[in-house]
Amino acid sequence: MTQTATGAGAEAGEDRLEAHFDGVIAHDRRIEPRDWMPDAYRRTLVRQIAQHAHSEIIGMQPEGAWITRAPSLRRKAILFAKVQDEAGHGLYLYAAAETLGVDRADLTRRLIEGRQKYSSIFNYPTLSFADVGVIGWLVDGAAICNQVPLCRSSFGPYARAMVRICKEESFHQRQGYELLLTMMRGTEAQRAMVQDAVDRWWWPSLMMFGPPDEASPNSARSMAWKIKRHSNDELRQRFVDMTVPQAERLGVTLPDPELRWNPERGRHDFGTPDWDELKRVISGDGPCNEERIERRRTAHEDGAWVREAAAAHAAKQAAKRERKAS
Amino acid sequence: MREDDHVYLSLAEEQDDARWAFGTGFEDPLHGVDTSVPDGVDPAELAALCLGLGDDALIAAQRLAEWVTRAPELEEEVALANIGLDLLGQARLLLTRAGQVDGTGRSEDDLAYLRESDDFRNVRLVELPNGDFAFSVARLLVFSAHRLAVFERLAAGHADPVLRAVAAKGVKELTYHRQYAAEWVVRLGDGTDESHRRMQEGLDAVAPYIEELYRAADVRDEVGAVLAQVADAATLKLPAAESLEGDGRAGDHTPCLAPLLFEMQEVARALPGGQW
Repeated sequence: MTQTATGAGAEAGEDRLEAHFDGVIAHDRRIEPRDWMPDAYRRTLVRQIAQHAHSEIIGMQPEGAWITRAPSLRRKAILFAKVQDEAGHGLYLYAAAETLGVDRADLTRRLIEGRQKYSSIFNYPTLSFADVGVIGWLVDGAAICNQVPLCRSSFGPYARAMVRICKEESFHQRQGYELLLTMMRGTEAQRAMVQDAVDRWWWPSLMMFGPPDEASPNSARSMAWKIKRHSNDELRQRFVDMTVPQAERLGVTLPDPELRWNPERGRHDFGTPDWDELKRVISGDGPCNEERIERRRTAHEDGAWVREAAAAHAAKQAAKRERKAS
Repeated sequence: MREDDHVYLSLAEEQDDARWAFGTGFEDPLHGVDTSVPDGVDPAELAALCLGLGDDALIAAQRLAEWVTRAPELEEEVALANIGLDLLGQARLLLTRAGQVDGTGRSEDDLAYLRESDDFRNVRLVELPNGDFAFSVARLLVFSAHRLAVFERLAAGHADPVLRAVAAKGVKELTYHRQYAAEWVVRLGDGTDESHRRMQEGLDAVAPYIEELYRAADVRDEVGAVLAQVADAATLKLPAAESLEGDGRAGDHTPCLAPLLFEMQEVARALPGGQW
């Protein structure tokens, strides 16, 4: 725009922009970073994408702890590559958030100061190597259910990042499931490890879809804006329906006495997750919240001198180039 | 539901093809390579060479894995993991080859998980704890400059076709590792007073372990030239060469190796007969 709009003119301009924005959303087209968007849309996206990026980075910790202990070199390579992928996902997502006018360093600061959240699932501990498989199968599986619809999110950079991320997540899920299949063919002790891990991760995985729809404050608006495409409860149901046959094939029991096929609905009925537990974990009182943030903070603070040095070197190089040019 | 909501339904289907689970997606560098030991090659010598180079890579990868979630920046998380994965891949091929030709038929996992520290043949440089980022990049520079020079020779002229193929693949990887390390040594040497001091300390701490690399394979002219060039660009001093008693290739190690191995082998040993 070349003119500064004022008063009634500005309002009329704003209305036209908003009508255009609404039209793009209604026609299922993409909003791009340079397009006009309502402030609340921008804020919602920054919150969601940052939270997602933080989840990828914090999510490296529970599994990363097992890379050095992986019981075969093939599993070590698979896990190492997976955790590296998560760092890569964090990078794309921070880059997508940056198209909305925020910066990564600031988002990282908000994370380590506890001002922005990450997925509560990563506040649970990983107690055995079977957890690596179960995280791949259930946690990545739940993440995929949540994220595949985001490939059609109305914000272009987020949607495009999600396409690539979902492909890799789906690979991780198959790797996790394949580890569990292999362990189930192993010793009695290994089968017990797998069942124990399933028992511990099942309910937290169901909680990954967020609170029930009637208690989800941001859902309705996000769905109207097509940032989000399905309700929490719908995605949770879809996850249960997909997972039950996989559990049967694996030979494990899902720890829910109410879980059964409902022929009338054509879907599975299942029990209610402990929503008080979810609230506690989200509000910072989970088993590993402090440990996770502390590790991220330590890495960030220990690395400060390295980042400063890189910036100082780059500035010196730029000055040299300028001197040469002049 | 639309089709794009179904990306992982295939999981519940029967499939007997587990090839997708090989992780890094690299093609088999030994595809079509004859794995019998050629005439005129001493199997014991070949096995020792593969074991030493395999152990170097395995222990270096294990230390790089310790950087995960601790790197100074996300780009460095990705890069260090990438280097660790390359070295782990080299280790797997070399240990497999060592077990094939030494007559014991041991697998890569037998060699990685069932030996004691005295039986490891890695140079001591790779087993030292990570220290700060400056120490880690100083070590990576020295290690990858040396290994690259060694692999170039093996790729060009070793009589064993398997080792030649492994080395040829490794040359591409190590060229990047050396470049990555050299760039950081220059950035840190030139950056701030603090980074300059730390980088100099890193080089000083690595120096006593360099002679052992040359005992394993004497490529000192080439490596020395690379180190001198990088140090000069980084405004750092290359410390004078010293030599330590003992030799990692003969099974002499620092006290740092045993705890590293304990951690690496813990799960595998706790579940004998386990399937992974």
